[in-house]
Amino acid sequence: MSTSESRFNLYHYAAPQAFYPVAGKLAPAFAVIALLLTAIGLWISFFKAPTDAVQGEVYRIIFIHVPAAWMSMFVFLVMAFWSAIGLAMNTRLSALMAQALAPTGAMFCFVALWTGALWGRPTWGAYWVWDARLTSQLLLLFLYLGYMALVAAIDDPRRRDKAGAILCLVGAVNVPIIYFSVKWWNTLHQGASVSLTKAPSMATIMLSGMLVMALAAWAYTIAVALYRVRVLILERERHADWVRGELARLGEAN
Amino acid sequence: MKSRHKRMTLILGGLLLLVGATALVLSAFRENLVFFHTPSEVAEGKAPTGRTFRIGGMVEAGSIKREGVEVRFAVTDTARSIPVVYSGPLPDLFKEGKGAVVQGKLGTDGVFTASEVLAKHDENYMPPEAQHAIDQAQQTAKTLQQ
Repeated sequence: MSTSESRFNLYHYAAPQAFYPVAGKLAPAFAVIALLLTAIGLWISFFKAPTDAVQGEVYRIIFIHVPAAWMSMFVFLVMAFWSAIGLAMNTRLSALMAQALAPTGAMFCFVALWTGALWGRPTWGAYWVWDARLTSQLLLLFLYLGYMALVAAIDDPRRRDKAGAILCLVGAVNVPIIYFSVKWWNTLHQGASVSLTKAPSMATIMLSGMLVMALAAWAYTIAVALYRVRVLILERERHADWVRGELARLGEAN
Repeated sequence: MKSRHKRMTLILGGLLLLVGATALVLSAFRENLVFFHTPSEVAEGKAPTGRTFRIGGMVEAGSIKREGVEVRFAVTDTARSIPVVYSGPLPDLFKEGKGAVVQGKLGTDGVFTASEVLAKHDENYMPPEAQHAIDQAQQTAKTLQQ
């Protein structure tokens, strides 16, 4: 690895000490992007998008529901990715990234279930049914909560990271089940309106509102995860000299 | 082989096994994971008898008849149709030609007594003008066929 000094080295940023300032710079940028996209997205959702022909105004829940549901599934896959990297490469930062993402994923998962229930009552006639889509999404919420509880319960950092990573990898199997449940089985939940394999079955302005909200959810997730990983880094490396210096600096700033 | 490559292979192998196991379990429970049966399945005797189950399909056009608190209609998958009787509140989206899922028991006379009726929404979202245009186009197509 003699050339690694001269070119951009990704492994360099795998060290918590090196990633900490980078995260500090990126997080506010993503927070601003998230705010802007949310403002644009909500404006399209409530003022630009027309009423739905069949459902009326209640359909507007999709501008929150669909991005939240997408994000809840995607975040778990990202956590599984970092878990695999962490297990294979023994990088400390990967497990911290997974732990930083979990509360946000759980929040989106809850929002998807909750808004879905509020939409289901007027549309289907029931807040909740035990069909494959809803049940597997509920399982995802339990996986998030279980992961957070497991990680919080183990004191030894190495054992904690390993146990959490294994739960993530095993739980990730549920994500494709959620996604394809509406195809594989008869469910009350409708099929996907937007997918990679066919043209979206949705008016363009409705679709664009939903996509902007989805991008806002991405930016928000990245921002919050970066803020959270900085705290986790400080906590994990609290005995290191650089952290003492950083904490002293933060203390002075307040 | 570096140790981290070895661990990566182990993780991937473990995941593959897990996915395989899950796929087997899911395919074994396939019948129990369906939320509803289609009228064709009921006609072929694939639906459970003697206990509550659900039938899903379209509410047949022109089949809704109200008799006091009772509503009679038929659920169809275009091949077969099952008559349903129900008394209770119907969801807003319950309409002829739209999807519905009914829960209840199949009587010996072939009439399904529903205890719950759910509307099934499809994945299409469009403004009223677009819906109107589609309806008109379909009407024109029908007229041309005659």
